[in-house]
Amino acid sequence: MKELVEVLVRSLVDQPDQVAVTSKETARSLVLEVRVAPSDMGKVIGRQGRVARAIRTVVKAAAVRDGRRVQVEFVP
Amino acid sequence: MRSVERSGRTVDEAVASALAELGVDRARVEVEVLDEGRPGLFGLLGARRALVRVTVRETRAERVERFLREVCRAMGVEARIQAEEAEGYLRVTLAGRDMGVLIGRHGQTLDALQFLANAVANKVEPGPRILLDVEGYRQRREETLQRLARRLAERVRRTGQRYALEPMPAQERRIIHLALAGHPHVTTVSEGEEPHRRVVLVPRRQPSHR
Repeated sequence: MKELVEVLVRSLVDQPDQVAVTSKETARSLVLEVRVAPSDMGKVIGRQGRVARAIRTVVKAAAVRDGRRVQVEFVP
Repeated sequence: MRSVERSGRTVDEAVASALAELGVDRARVEVEVLDEGRPGLFGLLGARRALVRVTVRETRAERVERFLREVCRAMGVEARIQAEEAEGYLRVTLAGRDMGVLIGRHGQTLDALQFLANAVANKVEPGPRILLDVEGYRQRREETLQRLARRLAERVRRTGQRYALEPMPAQERRIIHLALAGHPHVTTVSEGEEPHRRVVLVPRRQPSHR
């Protein structure tokens, strides 16, 4: 799941090497925290959060197979 | 990404030689000058050849294919990816097993992937919109929506009550609007804000018989 978020985010930003995804796991849920270069924040959030929402939709689809709740958070 | 290094008497000559080797136009490459070279006296004394690295830039289609390939792999889905130019847009089709994961409920996941694919492509350069499809899914969905539109229009005609459909993306609302354009008893409008924007079927005002 972490790899998927990395692929999605790295493809969207100007500075892919500044992308860091860390995961916090509990038994039933997984929280993925995404950090990007400050100048790239707008690219991963998008107008009215549309990019962030699309990322979450794709990740949620992948997570269905895992049977776990996955949350993607964009950390400034 | 394909890349070659070439030398020449001048930078221009080195670039030309690299382009010939790669077999592409100047417009499709990035040029990095590694050494500008020096002509030297009478073209001999102290002359140094120019050195360049020329890299073929990915096209929008290639970039989108690579993006989708990486996404599918990360999702554990095996898919064949095919891109073709169509009138005014670039159609990218995915095929394989487990396509349901990529489609999602009412195409939600497919629409999200399409939106992201467009964002990735536009980073390369502006160009035609990307339409993402899974083995005929869009066509089937269009037919389903057209049938739904006709059925609901009949109901609105019978009851004289307006009817609000579920929220849908713009692409699908358009199918409903088109299916009922010119309908004798029903008009269509879109209401609400994205992503909750929905089509509403409204009975046309009938001439009064009283």
